[in-house]
Amino acid sequence: MTTRFFGAPVKRNEDRKLLTGQAMFIDDVELPGLLHAAFLRSQVAHARIRSIDVSEALKRPGVVAVYTANDLGDYWRPGPLLVSPPPIPGIVFNERTHVPLAKDFVRCAGEPLAIVVAESRYLAEDALDDIFVDLDILPAVVDVEKALQKGTAHVHADLGSNVAAHVHQTKGDYAKAAAKAHLTLKRRFRYEHGISSPIETRGVVAQWDARAEHMTVWDTTQAPVFVRNLLAGALGLGEGQVRVIAPFVGGGFGPKILMLYPEEATLPWIAMRLKRPIKWIEDRFEHFVATTHERGQIHDAEIALDRDGRILGVKDVFLHDNGAYNPYGLTVPINSQCTMLGPYVIPAYDSTFTSVFTNLTIVTPYRGAGRQHGVFVIERLLDLAAHELGIDPTEIRRHNLIPPDAFPYQNEIIYQDFAPLQYDSGNYEPVLDRALEMIGHKTFINEEQPKLRAQGRCVGIGIACYVEGTGIGPYEGAKVQVRANGKVSVATGIGTQGQGHFTSFAQIVADQLGVKVTDVDIVTGDTDRFYWGAGTFASRGAVVAGNAVNEASLAVRKKALKLASDAFECAEEDLVLADGSVSITGIPEKFISLGELVLRANPMRGAVQPGTEPGLESTQYFGPASGTTANGVHAVIVEVDPSTYDMKILKYVVVHDCGTVINPLILAGQIHGGVAQGIGNAFYEKLAFDEHGQLLNASLADYLLPTALEIPRMELDHATTPSPLNPLGIKGAGEAGAIPVGPLIAQAIEDALQLKRKKVELLEIPLSPSRVFELIREGDKR
Amino acid sequence: MATERHDVELSVNGVAYRRSVEARMLLSDFLRHELHLAGTHVGCEHGVCGACTVLLDGAAVRSCLMFAVQTDGCAVSTIEGLASSDGELSPIQTAMHEHHGLQCGYCTPGILMTMTAFLRDKPDPTEQEVREALSGNLCRCTGYQNIVDAMMAAARAIRAAAP
Repeated sequence: MTTRFFGAPVKRNEDRKLLTGQAMFIDDVELPGLLHAAFLRSQVAHARIRSIDVSEALKRPGVVAVYTANDLGDYWRPGPLLVSPPPIPGIVFNERTHVPLAKDFVRCAGEPLAIVVAESRYLAEDALDDIFVDLDILPAVVDVEKALQKGTAHVHADLGSNVAAHVHQTKGDYAKAAAKAHLTLKRRFRYEHGISSPIETRGVVAQWDARAEHMTVWDTTQAPVFVRNLLAGALGLGEGQVRVIAPFVGGGFGPKILMLYPEEATLPWIAMRLKRPIKWIEDRFEHFVATTHERGQIHDAEIALDRDGRILGVKDVFLHDNGAYNPYGLTVPINSQCTMLGPYVIPAYDSTFTSVFTNLTIVTPYRGAGRQHGVFVIERLLDLAAHELGIDPTEIRRHNLIPPDAFPYQNEIIYQDFAPLQYDSGNYEPVLDRALEMIGHKTFINEEQPKLRAQGRCVGIGIACYVEGTGIGPYEGAKVQVRANGKVSVATGIGTQGQGHFTSFAQIVADQLGVKVTDVDIVTGDTDRFYWGAGTFASRGAVVAGNAVNEASLAVRKKALKLASDAFECAEEDLVLADGSVSITGIPEKFISLGELVLRANPMRGAVQPGTEPGLESTQYFGPASGTTANGVHAVIVEVDPSTYDMKILKYVVVHDCGTVINPLILAGQIHGGVAQGIGNAFYEKLAFDEHGQLLNASLADYLLPTALEIPRMELDHATTPSPLNPLGIKGAGEAGAIPVGPLIAQAIEDALQLKRKKVELLEIPLSPSRVFELIREGDKR
Repeated sequence: MATERHDVELSVNGVAYRRSVEARMLLSDFLRHELHLAGTHVGCEHGVCGACTVLLDGAAVRSCLMFAVQTDGCAVSTIEGLASSDGELSPIQTAMHEHHGLQCGYCTPGILMTMTAFLRDKPDPTEQEVREALSGNLCRCTGYQNIVDAMMAAARAIRAAAP
């Protein structure tokens, strides 16, 4: 194929609709007779439900119906386990999935107790105040360490403990490695990840057409195909009777892939009963408690090194806050466990984690999906070791990087895609070198920092490396169809939340079929347009769906050339596919347009060859054998105000290798956005709970998303080591920006304030001015 | 208590509307669900995210923090009115496209309206001034850099086109 568009910074097809207010988001769906739902949510984190009295609410004018768990009858059942635990020997997994409405027990604040359906959203919310709930409040399980102590309350009384899962994985023999070590270092690390907080909250609209026996659901989901399948099963309908449409979705970042959320499960059921369409739009307070979080882990980690700083082994025992239910299996802690190995040769690894039920909102992946936690621990261990051994922090990293001839590199332990962790390809050292060059490492250390320090300014540098397992299976598909007007339609089953699929997929098609990018329409997230697929997660859209689009485009290209060769009575090799038509090489005036070929491919009369498929179209699927591993290095220079401990980022550099790049403009945007979320995570964002499991900062005025004043200009560069696992050589990039920011900021602040001299170590995220102040004050007391 | 209705007359993007609304109806809900101008988005309903920003008699305001009845007699501008009647994008819209200043696009309407007012008042801003003006609008996708670049380019385009 010619590559006019693939790899070029093509501007986005979808922008015009979004820039003119014409893109349809969930709350823009208006239907005749539309009802509105509001959810009564538990204000306490743990309670036995004595009674719920909805009689007053039903009397309020405009209220159509009110439902509690008991009203759902047989429809009430715990949701499915979306991700089974990986096949790891000795694994303990206690499945407790979430429920549509709390019954008998409330297990986290925000869990829905009742649904009011009314003629307007205002009336539905009014009626929430009319419901009388009698709760027997129980002690809340909030702290993951206390949760495992004897005599503590249990989130799931029938379980007899708060252990959601227990997993032990090893590579090599850590005890032997440690016995040979020149240095072993052990520390306790705490890493909190927050809430993804897309600017659009969640929403659902359900419409039941009783005559056609057909359900249409508009949903802010990242995985429309599976929402359809689950809903069809739950409602007793065939998959063909349910259409799920994920319209334009205003950001996802992970949490919009959980299913079925209570609102997704109940609205379609209610629409069938009331025979009217019904809408629910989450408000921001609900979002803070009712959309999933990621939150924290506590790691007790040890590293063993030889005299030169070469890693001999790592041992880690960690606790993972799972929240009240575990429908998403073990993806987050498994990612932490696997990603801790980073880009380094770690011959021995012994990792154990316990996932703990707490009376807090459910934890599911949020951009990075546990990888941050693992990267923080290994990067901080290397910083500590470098200090002990008197080695430069960048050099200890360099010593330990996996060499380019070691790929595919086996890490042996089981990854989230259930396969042994293997890095497909990579060339790590040049990425580190480039980052050091771009940040001006030598000049900063040798000239600028001493000069600024002499002026009393607290400036510091940080360097962090990471890998990211991306582009996992199972598969995605795409249907590519040339229309009679010569334009191309493409449909795929994944959802889109701003990743630019309408453009990057169009670039792939445009090159294969010789059309303009603007002449390719992409449809994502409509189950009536494409039946199969898994969804948008794990930095896999471009890798898996992108390759499916490529395969389908290739098949259509072959069809077009075959049809044209029949028409011209010449060999296919003598044909050129470009500018929307097929012509004979060297005779551009002898051409046939793609639109004309479409008509020929669907004759009204006459005979075709046996086995002929009509139309210029093809549906193809792509499923990689395993995930592909991207890598990168971030570098930062920060200045900290020594009196307020406020931090200012003076320079930020990202060098990243995600294999072949489809669209550098879109890629840069993904990196920028990821870094911004990483900076929020590292320094500004913290979900603050009290001992009763109440979220104390459930508003955007209190939970601080970074603004244009906090996020610095970023300088980006790319290395390209194509993946051998897919024909396009692509690796995923969606999460990379967010992953290494925590250890980077911690390292830079330590350096800026010269905390080593005070024997203060920053072993937790998030930091904030007040937290840095506290840690330094604690250090002063020692 | 909430059923008392009030007449409100206003213009939105130059079109006159007259409606009877409850006193408590937010301007954002009124624009979106009564006038069906759904381009104005709602992100937080407590005045922080800025997605619902519209121009009220030329000033950038949060439509989630106002009641529709408060706009009686006012002129409101929304994202639907930014492009010319023949569909030509405004310099700010164009620059956002050129610089990849949007991803999911949900915060975009508020950003366009905030910056339309800002660049009208300050056509030659520094980058820091753009960042300050933008800091009342949250974007979770872009990291702001491309939006800032787009606004600097839009300012240049606006100045170049000025008579």
